[in-house]
Amino acid sequence: MMAPLFSSKLLIVLIFGTLFGLILGVLPGLGPTTGGALILPFTMTLDPLSAIVLLTSIYCAGTYGGAITAVLINTPGTPAAAATCLDGYPLAQKGEAGRALGMATVSSTVGGIFSVIVLVFFAPVLAKLAYEFGQPEYFALAIFGLTMLASIGEGSPIKNLIAGAFGILISTIGKDFMTSIDRFTYGINELSVGIGFIPVVVGLFAISEMLTQSTLLDQVFKRVALKAVKLPSLNDYKKTWKTILRSSGIGSFIGVLPAEGGTVASLIGYSEAKRFSKEPEEFGKGSIEGIAGAEAANNAATGGAMVPTLALGIPGSATTAVILTGLIIHGVRPGPDLFREQPDFLYGIFGAMLIANILFFIFGFFGAKLFARITLVPNKILWPMIFAVSVCGTYSLSQSIIDVWIMLFFGVLGFFMRRFGFSVVPVIIGLILGELVEGTLRQSLVIFDGNWIMFLTRPIALTFFILSLIALAFPLLRSKKQKN
Amino acid sequence: MNNVRNKKRANQSLPFFFKDEFKVFFVIILVSTILLVTTFTFDKVPPILNRGIQPATFPKGLLVLIMFLTTIIYYLSFKNPWKKEKKLPKPFFLTILSFIFFIVISKTLDFFLAISVLSIFVSYNWGEKRISYLLLVGILFPLIVFIFFEMILGLRFPPGIITNLYYY
Repeated sequence: MMAPLFSSKLLIVLIFGTLFGLILGVLPGLGPTTGGALILPFTMTLDPLSAIVLLTSIYCAGTYGGAITAVLINTPGTPAAAATCLDGYPLAQKGEAGRALGMATVSSTVGGIFSVIVLVFFAPVLAKLAYEFGQPEYFALAIFGLTMLASIGEGSPIKNLIAGAFGILISTIGKDFMTSIDRFTYGINELSVGIGFIPVVVGLFAISEMLTQSTLLDQVFKRVALKAVKLPSLNDYKKTWKTILRSSGIGSFIGVLPAEGGTVASLIGYSEAKRFSKEPEEFGKGSIEGIAGAEAANNAATGGAMVPTLALGIPGSATTAVILTGLIIHGVRPGPDLFREQPDFLYGIFGAMLIANILFFIFGFFGAKLFARITLVPNKILWPMIFAVSVCGTYSLSQSIIDVWIMLFFGVLGFFMRRFGFSVVPVIIGLILGELVEGTLRQSLVIFDGNWIMFLTRPIALTFFILSLIALAFPLLRSKKQKN
Repeated sequence: MNNVRNKKRANQSLPFFFKDEFKVFFVIILVSTILLVTTFTFDKVPPILNRGIQPATFPKGLLVLIMFLTTIIYYLSFKNPWKKEKKLPKPFFLTILSFIFFIVISKTLDFFLAISVLSIFVSYNWGEKRISYLLLVGILFPLIVFIFFEMILGLRFPPGIITNLYYY
């Protein structure tokens, strides 16, 4: 499994990716999704395995990096670390920042490694199952993935569905892939090839965040002092080992579900840790179990989210949507055939994720103090620099200035979407699933001779449709239960 | 005095067309309607060649779905009004203005110059007044990025008054 990684080049890529991911995770507003999108053009100089190793190591380390800011300045570096703030910061305020970060580091590493094991065993099984899938099954699966957007945790379910549908709509811009008829091009030649994924991702994440930061200039962060990260004590381990394992399981499972990611996983991991705790009253006041529950779950979601991404080509989260784009750009088509034809490539990714988890443990343990200092870089210096990289990165993929303008448009749009409670993640998932949804629907209708009812005669497709209905009903039931 | 006035203003019930809920509803419905009308202008595949659905059918379905869901969120907002957002501060509008500058300069003068102007403009308006730092974000960093993309990725930036000096 590790054989392909014993090359100095890949190890350098891994170390760089882990360090870069940590920096991105630490900086509020950035994160592995934006970072992955920004670095994607640079991966063109690498071979496919190195490129994906770079992206996955950024994913693993970036997810953990969010905990450092969550604990020290009460601001999650990534959305997935939001639940870590609840107990991490209160514990740091009590003068135990080192203990809080130590627990976050250990539980993130355990969660991450657990999820890689799940990935290694579960992805090939799912890929084998995918051999049974035809066009109708893939259509039903994609619909299931989209309906899961209703419960991604950020924003209202209906707003998430609107954003998802909007993402699919963007994917229809350009020449229709079956008939070559122009759609929504308005006579602009550049639009006939469609709208690229990178301008949309960089716009929705980096540029919209730049606009958000422009509204927060008077915000002052109070940073808690950190002497050194401490390994958890034996007593802490006794108190949290069950929570860490439970949250690792929850995180991996949530990660496997299409479109769900670390944010939902950490929230559920945290609430389950509270439910099973002998001291639930301590939660929110600096509970070590709270930190363990949230951090193990969000890092466990990384490996879980890679399962549908690699086995089915359906992204498990926003960052895996970027990784999926990286795979496609490098000519690797995810799906069952990948497992049969390129096992070395896959095991290289699995091994890289495993090593990335160990690396961020080492870097986090010894370098958290240094990484925390990155938050001291003022926004007035940082964001113009991020803008320069965003513009050049977006331009570089197709060398088109139109792409840069599209990025700016989506930046402004993303800002207003977030302002009015629409999450931008569903747009990304919708955009990447759009072609699959439309393509499989139209090909299925050709197979079925236009008879829509035939979808219900396929047992796997029918199962996914039922799951889709459950996914749609779940947020309604949850809000009713909360009201009661 | 201003605070009292602001509070009063917040407590007043605004006419429906001033509320965020309506503005969002209106914009989504308007844009969706325009796009829906556009779908009727798409070329059609002749019946003899048509397999499955017409190219316009799928976007039409999506737009109808978006309009339907938007109507639901607007209806639900009567029961649960959205929280009132704070007024946007001056730096936000200046940042948007810098984007417009960027588009104009990159189109007419130079791509690299546009990045520099935006970086200095944004940094200055966000509070950075030290010349050395402004030069760092406006000249040195974009230059490093430019050279990095040019040398490592072999990227050729669009021609312009400054970029041409480098290429010729």
